[in-house]
Amino acid sequence: MIFSFDLLINAIVSGILIGGFYAAMASGVSLSFGILDIVNIAHPAFIILGSYAAYTINHAFGLDPILASIAMLPAFYILGAGIYQVYYVAFEKRGQESLRGLAFFFGLLFITEVSLVLYFGVDYRDVTASYIGPTWHLGDIDVPLRIAVPCLVSLLLIAALQLLLGRTFIGRAIMAVAQDQLALRLMAVDPIRIKRTAFAISIATASLAGAFLIIIQPVEPSVGRDYIGRIFAICVLGGMGSLPGTVIASMLIGVVESLTSTFYGPSWAPAVSFGFLLLTLAIRPAGLLGR
Amino acid sequence: MRTLPFLVISLVIAGLVFAGALAIGNEYIFFAGYVVLQYIVLSTAWNILGGYCGYVNFGTGAFFAVGAYSTVAIYNLFGKNELPHVMPMPVLMLIGGVVSGIVGFGMGYLTLRLRGAFFSIATLALAVVLETLIVNWDFVGGSRGAYILRPETVPLLGSYVRYLFLVMLLLAVASLVIARLIERSRLGFGMTTIRDDELAAEASGVPTLRVKLIATTISGTLMGMAGAPFPYYIGYLQPDSTFALDYAINAIAMPLIGGTSTWVGPLIGAVLLDSLQQLITVTISSAVNLLIVGCLLVAFVILAPNGIVGLFHKFSQRKADDPVGRRHVSLDQPGPVPAAGSAPESPP
Amino acid sequence: MSELLEVDNLSKRFGGFVALDNISLTVPAGERLGLIGPNGSGKSTLVNCICGTLRNEQGSVSFDGRPIDGMPAHKRTHLGLARSFQLPRPFPSLTLIDNVRIPRLYTVETRGAHRTTEEIDEHCHGLLREVGLEAKARQRPRDLTQVEMRKLELARAMAAEPKLLIADEAMAGLTHSEIEDILALLVRLNEKGVTVILIEHIMSAVMSFSRRLVVLVSGRMIADGKPDEVMRNPEVERAYLG
Repeated sequence: MIFSFDLLINAIVSGILIGGFYAAMASGVSLSFGILDIVNIAHPAFIILGSYAAYTINHAFGLDPILASIAMLPAFYILGAGIYQVYYVAFEKRGQESLRGLAFFFGLLFITEVSLVLYFGVDYRDVTASYIGPTWHLGDIDVPLRIAVPCLVSLLLIAALQLLLGRTFIGRAIMAVAQDQLALRLMAVDPIRIKRTAFAISIATASLAGAFLIIIQPVEPSVGRDYIGRIFAICVLGGMGSLPGTVIASMLIGVVESLTSTFYGPSWAPAVSFGFLLLTLAIRPAGLLGR
Repeated sequence: MRTLPFLVISLVIAGLVFAGALAIGNEYIFFAGYVVLQYIVLSTAWNILGGYCGYVNFGTGAFFAVGAYSTVAIYNLFGKNELPHVMPMPVLMLIGGVVSGIVGFGMGYLTLRLRGAFFSIATLALAVVLETLIVNWDFVGGSRGAYILRPETVPLLGSYVRYLFLVMLLLAVASLVIARLIERSRLGFGMTTIRDDELAAEASGVPTLRVKLIATTISGTLMGMAGAPFPYYIGYLQPDSTFALDYAINAIAMPLIGGTSTWVGPLIGAVLLDSLQQLITVTISSAVNLLIVGCLLVAFVILAPNGIVGLFHKFSQRKADDPVGRRHVSLDQPGPVPAAGSAPESPP
Repeated sequence: MSELLEVDNLSKRFGGFVALDNISLTVPAGERLGLIGPNGSGKSTLVNCICGTLRNEQGSVSFDGRPIDGMPAHKRTHLGLARSFQLPRPFPSLTLIDNVRIPRLYTVETRGAHRTTEEIDEHCHGLLREVGLEAKARQRPRDLTQVEMRKLELARAMAAEPKLLIADEAMAGLTHSEIEDILALLVRLNEKGVTVILIEHIMSAVMSFSRRLVVLVSGRMIADGKPDEVMRNPEVERAYLG
């Protein structure tokens, strides 16, 4: 293990940048699991769906993948609303969400992934954009643009979500529905509609996260499985629904993964986030900034 | 039926199955049948924690792998030719089971105090942590994988696969007997209350943590025992995530499709679903196979939450309610009794 | 008389909200204690802390001479502390008789009584009979009315053969004769030696049953004494009449 300051700094910077991107992925689950208490373990599959959507548009029209994913936002929103409706009628209403709801999402994970395999095959796909390739050099620090740009846009996304939740009526209704459905009903607001909106937003974030993913790395359908644990680890560590907490947790995990990968080898990296998760659950389930 | 007669009858049926397979003589029967039996064990084991207690374990693949890699480790320790003599399969199974059981206990101890959702996520995490550990452990082959040489023949039975089939058959019987025993015991009752309402169960005096730990340990042990012979069956073992999640979805889909409330459900689910899967993999492709499993799982979970067993109960109840010859008297309103044959259907 | 239950400076917060503020209470064995207070005053929170369903940050609870802080709820039930839930929580998968059997199997039987299945069955039927639900023994809770579910709650709490039974608003929605039935049941229990804490809004029931009354308002105990005296307390009047 050769220790050099250069290596260390670069590992940390790289970790922070990747962490920013992780935050985008985890933001959706922050909404669905952290706030709505819906264990959507299929979320990574929707992210991959987003990646393939961005890929298709990027290759067909040459449109920038991030713009492509923004164009796909309505489609993902509708998908999310539809899935929640089924989930609500089949499980939440009957009180079956713990066992059967989980199985439902697990099934969706598989269906999505295998459908992508059947349609696109198992070859890795990637996208082209002007910022994929060049790297800025700030002294000894390398900043690959293909990671930096998604990181930046991701942080913008989180900021936008935070504004939505904090300042708009819909956003505050979403925060309220997590705590007191009865109060919402008394205000003549349908909690089911609010939850559906929140879940739809959470799936919509997957569209953007998917574009970020395929910009940062080539994608094939089973790549999503690597991210399941990471996403939930970030959500739990970040305090279940706190978006600032999600960002901090993402960067923390990103940095530790990066350091592990640099100094111990990349094959140990997957265990980092999961290790974090197990530790957090065992010691402080409320997370870093938990409620 | 008490447990002892059930055990005897099961062993007799198992004996008949084995004799039947021998009579057919086609080696493929043993290869295919081994997988069905393996899934009977895995889904029964999953159901003890998932169906009875209501805690969903996504890490079936991890426990299975622990059992398999225990065998690989011992194989590498003793050398290929010595192993079958030094340590017969049942012993390997026990060792795999014990190691897996310890893992189950440890994980349960860390995470069972939390809500079910957190437990499930933790099992996902565990699966990946274990896989990473194995990939980095060169003694068992690491990412290159591990080769196991299967002995050619076994005295009395013929091919080694027949021996594996027999061993797995006995394990399947054992797991069904254990599941049924639990189901009918006070422990099983306690598990049902945990599934129904854990808070009320605690208040009623059920030691919920202890019960859950017992379930997790038994479940993990059985899964490890199912994994122990696998390296011999497959010849070449490679750790990757396909391995883990494919086992997970099967171990979940089979009990949910078969029916989670009794030992019969996982049995039905495993036999039907695995046979279907083997058929599809051979005729169409293994990718389509997984797609169908996912679709069936989603369909059953939405439309038939109590599985095939539940559908059977509903169907037989409807037949029992069939009012041919029965009269229904309504106590609230006086008036003519509705004609036989037109009784209202009772709500589900 | 020995103190069966001792609550010492118990406090419980939910984030910034103080649900219970330094509650101290002693309950001697054999007592018939009434606990009243406006909605949201913390009565159920207090029960939850005593029974172990919630963890209190400050203060301690002792039962039968033993400190039970940190003890899981099921252990407290084993020691003889039973409660019925305000919102009934029956086990939907089990029949009524099995609902009642569970606490028996897991508490009384573990104390070494070891009766036969028939005897346990007989006892469970008896419990259902006492609350008037024997006819529905083989039915599931979903077939019950709200009122019947409350009675099941009580039967389940009684099945654990407790030394102290906390009845949390078991009488809401009952008819006058049903209230009389439940009160008679609780009196019978008390005569057999069971200490009873009755949490209720129905003042007639509370006044006729309790030998001692405790009043909780906004998480604080504002009165503790004989029912007549407590009701004449000006603070209590203010809490109830505004």
